[in-house]
Amino acid sequence: MSGATWGLVGAAFLASVVEFVEALTIVLAMGVTRGWRSTLAGAAAAVVALIGFTAVAGYALSSWLPEAALQIVVGTLLLIFGLQWLRKSILRSSGLKSLHDEEEEYRAQTEAARHAGTPDARLDTFAFVITFKGVFLEGVEVVFIVITFGLSAGNMPAAVAGAAAGGLLVLIAGVALHRPLTAVPENTLKYGVGLLLASFGTFWAVEGLGVFMDGHQSLEWPGGDLAIVAMLAAWFLLSRALINLLPNMNRPDVERRSQVEDVR
Amino acid sequence: MIRFAKGFGQFWYDFIIGDDWKVAAAVVIALGVTLALLLSDVLSTTSATVFGGVAVVVAFVTSMVIDVHQSS
Repeated sequence: MSGATWGLVGAAFLASVVEFVEALTIVLAMGVTRGWRSTLAGAAAAVVALIGFTAVAGYALSSWLPEAALQIVVGTLLLIFGLQWLRKSILRSSGLKSLHDEEEEYRAQTEAARHAGTPDARLDTFAFVITFKGVFLEGVEVVFIVITFGLSAGNMPAAVAGAAAGGLLVLIAGVALHRPLTAVPENTLKYGVGLLLASFGTFWAVEGLGVFMDGHQSLEWPGGDLAIVAMLAAWFLLSRALINLLPNMNRPDVERRSQVEDVR
Repeated sequence: MIRFAKGFGQFWYDFIIGDDWKVAAAVVIALGVTLALLLSDVLSTTSATVFGGVAVVVAFVTSMVIDVHQSS
């Protein structure tokens, strides 16, 4: 396997680990407080829905859309995800937002589950819906990440393998430990993956603007794929600059508001 | 049915917009401005890529500064 393929597998693996750790926290919180039957049913339903979504979206994207349209749709989504992650990482690293803590997230989820009332039906709707939504939401993000990384590198199996390995690892660790995976350096991973998503997303979304031109062909960056490396360097330098500059604005309310956001 | 539609809409809002709508707005504005300049022949296709990349960066920085300023 070449270095580029290893890089692709690694990127998909890390992104997948981050997403699956968040999904696992929700599943554990619901399972422990509301019971496992409805929780696992919600997780299983989400996996089935995810397979269906991937099949339909994958078929539609590869069959109906020209390449430039695929790039603008997936690239724009990836860019938004990446910049959301980068925004949180910058605020956390600059001390304007408290670090994401899976223990805290777990506490918030279990607290909400306890206040949701006792289920009297065979299927606990609260546990089912919350688990379904959490697993499906994180899963769809993984699907888009895999599509982008896989198509960009022209090696979809490697991207799928990387993401599957990440998901499997988190699943095994979750079953073995039976508690949130607090040891995973989630903030650092999110920063790294956020930089990658922002770089790939910028590259793809801008190339995809060509769909609106005559001929519907993708635009070409100067330097071709090397522009992704330039984007990566630019996003990295920019994020370091913002981490140093933003605290000087010294807004105490940001911290207050971010504590509310942190339970999400 | 309305409840389902509401939940469905909320899901996609959470998925795409997330915690801060300004980030999504920054991306759409940057790409929109680039497209407008491209379609009006102000930019060539090659310069549009560089302009688009810079526009996304500038829009993101602006959204971050507004984010921090708004909380004051």
